[in-house]
Amino acid sequence: MTAISREEVAHLAHLARINIADDQLEHFAKQLDAILDAVAQVSQVDTADVPAMSHPIPMTNVFREDIPVASLAPGAALAGAPAVEDSRFRVPRILDEE
Amino acid sequence: MAEALMKYDEAIANFDPVLGLEVHVELGTNTKMFCGCSTVFGAEPNTQVCPVCLGLPGALPALNRIGVESAIRIGLALNCEIATWCRFARKNYFYPDMPKNFQTSQYDEPIAFEGYLDVDIDTDEGPKTFRVPIERAHMEEDTGKNLHMGGATGRIHGADYSLVDYNRAGIPLIEIVTKPVEGTGKYAPEVAKAYVSALREILRGLGVSDVKMEQGSLRCDVNLSLRETPESKLGTRSETKNVNSLRSVERAVRYEVMRHAARLTAGERIVQETRHWHEDTGISTSGRSKEDAEDYRYFPEPDLMPIAPSREWVEELRANLPENPAVRRTRLTAAWNISDLEMQNLMNAGVLELVEAAVSAGMNPDAARKWYTGELARVANERGVEVEELGVTHVELSRIEALISEGALNDKLARQVLDGLIAGEGDVDSIVAGRGLAVVSDDGPLIEAIDAALAADPAVVETIKSGKLAAAGSVVGAVMKATRGQADAARVRELLFERLGVSE
Amino acid sequence: MSDLIRMNASDLVEAMNAGQVSSVEITQAHLDRIAAVDGDVHAFLHVNSKGALDAAAAVDAQRADGQSLSALAGVPLGLKDILASKGLPTTCGSKMLEGWIPPYDATVVTKLRDAGIPILGKTNMDEFAMGSSTEHSAYGPTHNPWDLERIPGGSGGGSSACLAAFEAPLAIGSDTGGSIRQPAAVTGTVGVKPTYGGVSRYGVVALASSLDQVGPCARNVLDTALLHSVIAGHDPRDSTSINKPVPDVVGAARRGDVKGMKIGVVRELSGEGFQAGVQTRFDETVTLLEGLGAEVIEVSCPNFPHALAAYYLILPSECSSNLAKFDGIRFGLRVGDDGSKSVEQVMSETRAAGFGPEVIRRIMLGTYALSAGYYDAYYGQAQKIRTLIAQDFDKAFAQVDVLISPTAPTTAFKIGEKMADPVSMYLNDVATIPVNLAGLPGMSLPIGLATEDNLPVGLQIMAPAMADDRLYNVGAAIERELLSKWGGPIWAQAPELAGA
Repeated sequence: MTAISREEVAHLAHLARINIADDQLEHFAKQLDAILDAVAQVSQVDTADVPAMSHPIPMTNVFREDIPVASLAPGAALAGAPAVEDSRFRVPRILDEE
Repeated sequence: MAEALMKYDEAIANFDPVLGLEVHVELGTNTKMFCGCSTVFGAEPNTQVCPVCLGLPGALPALNRIGVESAIRIGLALNCEIATWCRFARKNYFYPDMPKNFQTSQYDEPIAFEGYLDVDIDTDEGPKTFRVPIERAHMEEDTGKNLHMGGATGRIHGADYSLVDYNRAGIPLIEIVTKPVEGTGKYAPEVAKAYVSALREILRGLGVSDVKMEQGSLRCDVNLSLRETPESKLGTRSETKNVNSLRSVERAVRYEVMRHAARLTAGERIVQETRHWHEDTGISTSGRSKEDAEDYRYFPEPDLMPIAPSREWVEELRANLPENPAVRRTRLTAAWNISDLEMQNLMNAGVLELVEAAVSAGMNPDAARKWYTGELARVANERGVEVEELGVTHVELSRIEALISEGALNDKLARQVLDGLIAGEGDVDSIVAGRGLAVVSDDGPLIEAIDAALAADPAVVETIKSGKLAAAGSVVGAVMKATRGQADAARVRELLFERLGVSE
Repeated sequence: MSDLIRMNASDLVEAMNAGQVSSVEITQAHLDRIAAVDGDVHAFLHVNSKGALDAAAAVDAQRADGQSLSALAGVPLGLKDILASKGLPTTCGSKMLEGWIPPYDATVVTKLRDAGIPILGKTNMDEFAMGSSTEHSAYGPTHNPWDLERIPGGSGGGSSACLAAFEAPLAIGSDTGGSIRQPAAVTGTVGVKPTYGGVSRYGVVALASSLDQVGPCARNVLDTALLHSVIAGHDPRDSTSINKPVPDVVGAARRGDVKGMKIGVVRELSGEGFQAGVQTRFDETVTLLEGLGAEVIEVSCPNFPHALAAYYLILPSECSSNLAKFDGIRFGLRVGDDGSKSVEQVMSETRAAGFGPEVIRRIMLGTYALSAGYYDAYYGQAQKIRTLIAQDFDKAFAQVDVLISPTAPTTAFKIGEKMADPVSMYLNDVATIPVNLAGLPGMSLPIGLATEDNLPVGLQIMAPAMADDRLYNVGAAIERELLSKWGGPIWAQAPELAGA
């Protein structure tokens, strides 16, 4: 039985960059719990020596040749942006340096 | 705010430093890692972008073959094992310069791992080789660039907003990570610098990157921790980013040693954090604390298939690797019987390849070195070009050398031939003919010129006869002048003494 | 010509070739139908009248000119709003992308345009394809033309409903866990999820990259096959695309011969949770197949009961990463940028405002399942179960040529019925999910109406990778028998829509 706390929901919301109001945390915690209960059965399956499958079709070495192709037409890249300045995407101030 | 520092010697006397270096290399491929956009530096903002590298909904990555090949070659050059099977992984975190808000990278399956790089440094006991153990080299992609607007300095702090250019986003990066480098003692700064320098040399030799630290195509993070003794367990490390010159690598290590030592001695603990190096002031400042580090939620990238380099491919790449630069230097220094300093001169002049080619074509190593580090380097330097751009081949130099040893040219004439070659006047023989540069080897005209010179300065005859042989110099000079340099000075001297009945 | 909107795509092509009708007339007839009934059905989020008519006119000119044309040239189509289409809005049913016009076409869209297929518009869907009912569209639900109070399935309810409402003869869907097949089942239409890698995903807004596959939808097996052959094939822009010839799906759809075939009934996809009327029609189909000379045996896929749980870990995990790009920086919605807030705050407010509750739930769940400390127990374990399910299929296909099951455990449920209970909604996908986990092809086709509610029931056919042709062969054989038994297509039994 899993039990997700409000704090965990808040942490997940931060990792996922989704603003969740304090009064909604409980609600989400309950829903996530319900879903996790439903999927918890995966832990009962014996998977010793079973390899994990990340790709459904087994292929390897799929490469592209190093030959340039046309980029988007000037302006097309910026056309859908919420805010643009000086041919660049304008974003609110960045708090922490990378 | 400046932090307390302990004197370096004192710090080293009390603590044992452990280094770690993370180097990001931008590959010089024609296109980005996962799309066909050009990688040419300096384009107008957001003109080298497409749905893939902009992270537009629906776009999918397609892997650049040369990106993978370069990674394998780098791995091989660093004595790494090459994975038989590996995948890309998504490193999930939000940042405005990263279009998908995940970086396509490699996590627990790097393409190259378990290598090393030997570096030479000068110690108090003479030259010494340190082996820097390499943990991994993996493939990933670069981010876009932020321009911070408003505020006072254009720096991130105090900026009102930022502008993002994604031209750089998606350019292939190889991240090369060392294991903890132990046992350097007080030479930690020198080892760090020598490592980055040697790495650059290898990467340049591979032709995979232009490795320009100032343009950011090679970026270095310095990790450092101190422990009380080499037997103690590893201390908490700091990660100093933005260390973007060889000199700074050395300085940043030294600075962190002094800073850590001061803190530890004062009983303070080291915070595991990211620090920023400031080239101008020579200090680092605290950045983000790693204690509330992002949880990157790595998982295998489903949109890219695993990479399984065949052993044939790997061996073919291995067979075609350029010789390790350090090994090559040692080999050539011995073969040519030259000193380390002379080798250094060849390196500094950037003519090692040219000299090697000339020697392997049969030219005498000393002669080849003389020409390339002497006259050609001087002209190239004057013109602000590389020696090889002068267009003088070793075939032509060999011909000049042959003419000199035959006595048909002397050094002065040979330099004139070189001028002709650089000016594009044709091959050596046609320049000699065209400029009339042959050494006058017939004694008749020389004797005539000697007689004329003696007639012009009768007093000198007695002087020489009286045993002051040095006075012959002025006669030889006059003869050389009269023959426009085409005489063999030694022969002139011989004939002069013969004529005056003097023996040397 | 009368009743252009009820004709098969293949018949429309014949009529155009015979000069009896033009693509402009056909396209206009469907646009008229959309205008008449879509107020009730709400299959379309955006109607592309001018673009469709222009494309139709271009095809008519080419046909008049005697140019060689694709097998579906001139037949219009509804395009799921998850495919990027240059110059046409692409919202994925989300407020996040309201008003976004992609600067590029998905590869499938390029293929459709090259094939001269007019695009009638973009069809409704659960937001970012998360759902089984199309109730999770930010632009309101789509209604099932069989009963407007019921759901048309999901996530591709718009694509299935537009076929069932005769608003389009063809549609494109995408299927991550059943989003083509389950809507087909509950609307009495045909839908195919091709082999993973069979159709390019380039330009298809990703839900779960290792599960998503684009596929064809129509009202009969042959039309579905014709559309399949138009959109399938290798695409170097999609690294997971298979570089092999497309199986001969059209030939198989024309053949329809199961004599001597071995067909497996999956034991684990029946019984508890399956509606009686659904099970009855399924059992009848088994008898029908035996009558056609197929050998039908029961096979066991012991790990299938774990498929749903594994799926609801893998999908949220991949989607939590795929949907990170929706941050209000480069495209789409931005909320809260008043000049005082940091980029992190604006991103978080934008995502909270732009995503609906189901999307947020799944992103949070995926973020959790991938987190340090939980990865092995959740995501890692789910990927291992995936291997076990693929192994179940391998063993089954060692015994039989295709597998069959009901497509969905129930007929269409009522709008609103399951909204409050995500887990019961998820149970709808129990039969369709296994092929997505294994990357295999699956088809749903109508096999009658459930006696208790007179609503369509779908049969699911599953085949090995790159054996998509087997789906069409078996599907065509069943369809031929049923058409003769019913005396016409299943939709003849559907109630007439009021708007028409």
